[in-house]
Amino acid sequence: MSLTTAHSVVAPTPLSKRIAGTIVILYALVSIVPLLWIFATSIKTPPDSIAYPPKVIFEPSAEGYCNLFTTRTRQTPEYISSLPPAANFCDEVTRKRNMVIAGPSNFLPRFVNSLVIAFGSTFCAVFLGTLAAYGFSRFKVPLADDLLFFILSTRMMPPIAVAVPIYLMYRELGLSDSALGMILLYTAVNVSLAVWLLKGFIDEIPREYEEAAMIDGYSRLQSFWRVVLPQATTGIAATAIFCLIFAWNEYAFAALLTSGTAQTAPPFIPTIIGEGGQDWPAVAAGTTIFLIPILVFTVLLRKQLLRGITFGAVRK
Amino acid sequence: MAEIRVENLRKEFSGFTAVQNSSFIVADGEFFVMLGPSGCGKTTTLRMIAGLELPTSGRILLDGEDVTMKRARERDIAFVFQLFALYPHMNVRKNIGFPLLTQGVPAAEIRARVDEVARLLRIDHILDRSVSGLAGGDRQRVALGRAIVRRPKCFLMDEPLGTLDSEFRDLMVHELRELHNRIGATTVYVTHDQLEAMSMADKIAVMNHGVIEQFGTPTEIYQRPATMYVADFMGSPPMNFLKFHAGLAQGDASVTIRDAQIVLPTIREDRAPAELALGVRPEHIRLDDSSKLRGQILGAEYLGTTQIVVVETAAGVVKARIPAAASVHAGEQVGLALNGPYLSLFETATGRAIATDLSKGAAHG
Repeated sequence: MSLTTAHSVVAPTPLSKRIAGTIVILYALVSIVPLLWIFATSIKTPPDSIAYPPKVIFEPSAEGYCNLFTTRTRQTPEYISSLPPAANFCDEVTRKRNMVIAGPSNFLPRFVNSLVIAFGSTFCAVFLGTLAAYGFSRFKVPLADDLLFFILSTRMMPPIAVAVPIYLMYRELGLSDSALGMILLYTAVNVSLAVWLLKGFIDEIPREYEEAAMIDGYSRLQSFWRVVLPQATTGIAATAIFCLIFAWNEYAFAALLTSGTAQTAPPFIPTIIGEGGQDWPAVAAGTTIFLIPILVFTVLLRKQLLRGITFGAVRK
Repeated sequence: MAEIRVENLRKEFSGFTAVQNSSFIVADGEFFVMLGPSGCGKTTTLRMIAGLELPTSGRILLDGEDVTMKRARERDIAFVFQLFALYPHMNVRKNIGFPLLTQGVPAAEIRARVDEVARLLRIDHILDRSVSGLAGGDRQRVALGRAIVRRPKCFLMDEPLGTLDSEFRDLMVHELRELHNRIGATTVYVTHDQLEAMSMADKIAVMNHGVIEQFGTPTEIYQRPATMYVADFMGSPPMNFLKFHAGLAQGDASVTIRDAQIVLPTIREDRAPAELALGVRPEHIRLDDSSKLRGQILGAEYLGTTQIVVVETAAGVVKARIPAAASVHAGEQVGLALNGPYLSLFETATGRAIATDLSKGAAHG
């Protein structure tokens, strides 16, 4: 039976709903399987991880996580048996492979670098972007259209095209391999996106709110802070997610400009492969942990993200 | 409380003049209405008084103090916006108390004053609600509350009833006027609705194309319009114009339109022969077969207590408001008698009223 209502041109029939549902579920599976596979690999033992045919049923092991957070050295069985009993699980699995833990790995500091650089640059880009967007939205800026186009044009070329000049500049300025350098770089890349997105959101907030506040005795800055910002939170959150995702995932510049103290997680994770054979569980464990912050942030702000994607089309 | 004095105020936006040389004085405690169609410059004038726009030239004095170039927040005025501009992230109480917060008023006093204002406006039961769920009338009252709570020098209102439905509007017109009577603050009110203006104002300025056509009390504006534009804008149906060609001499007390001699207030100026228009309100026309001013009835609109009869005469179509009981039929030939003391005369070319005993005193801005 087909129904036509006044509200929709084609009313969804139970069958079409079921077909749509199936397509969505299939698509979700396709997208989620690689993630599940990475997580599964991270809790496999190294032999299981490279077994062929691939093991779907296996005994989980935390070895990948042990290897991710530690560096190990190979020792003779005699030396190992002379040691006192293993203090914890990681000690135990390491000794089974004729190795002992030599110390913590660089993963944790690299992960912290990623957090500092990604969140730091996101904050800067959103902060500068909000102020610039407010200015463009509310004031008569001379050559406003040209300036906005200029800001947008910085995104028209893939950032990596300017990698070599930036590399040389950073070397001269002493910004290579520094968190400050990476924050500045990611802020510069993200700020144009932030200005454009936020301008759209701020344009939607009627001027009357600030005018009311200014008549009520508040300065422009105070009315911006107390009246405009609270209403722009949706837009700010959506913009922040986009900036964060870019800065968090960025690989090319990080690989080129950071190698030591300021190295972020993306260029670090592949280097794990080299340490003591092809340690896929450790790589998968690093990737899994790397996914968590962005996942949490995105799930927390999913409504704003949706609105950010459809911005302009949906009105409050 | 304050007197507002506007002197030769002018505002040009790139390429067009929104307000041309407006001058008027709003006395302390007066309810002043700026009336006109959209785009006539009334809102721009209001925004200049508020300090939201800076004038191109001219002066604005608030209680004798020149505030023309002062910031909005330094003027001590309150503004009620057409769409109320209630802060959506605050509840009703915070919205009303917001202006006091910046003045450093202690929290306990803010609370007391918000409560007092809420009682005055009968919104004390919704103080803790979010503003987004409020009905139009309540939003209106909250916006008023936010204006009143500060006890400012004057209130500026930009079509505050424009978004309410008509039933509610009548109620709010009454409430606003009553509120004004109680607190007696100088108020400048902008509207395009002549009924709102007539029922609330102490003084009205009728604006058109950036020019104040007439400034006066509602009675003056209605009975002694200074221009044909004002005469046509006010009243429903508006004033009728009977076109004729004649010269005038000071002291004349009648004009002749197509053989019909019509008595009117004594004319106070001489005029060379020109195209003129006799202005008559629908309620000042009677059907009278003895009159030489004749026409044919085109139709009638029954309004309950009265009816509007449309009559085509040689000098133009007129609408007369006559008792509902009178029986009229389309096609009938009737005579029209005009109520002499209430007639106005205009020069068609300029639209200006010609000075008569009636129009004397009707100022032109």
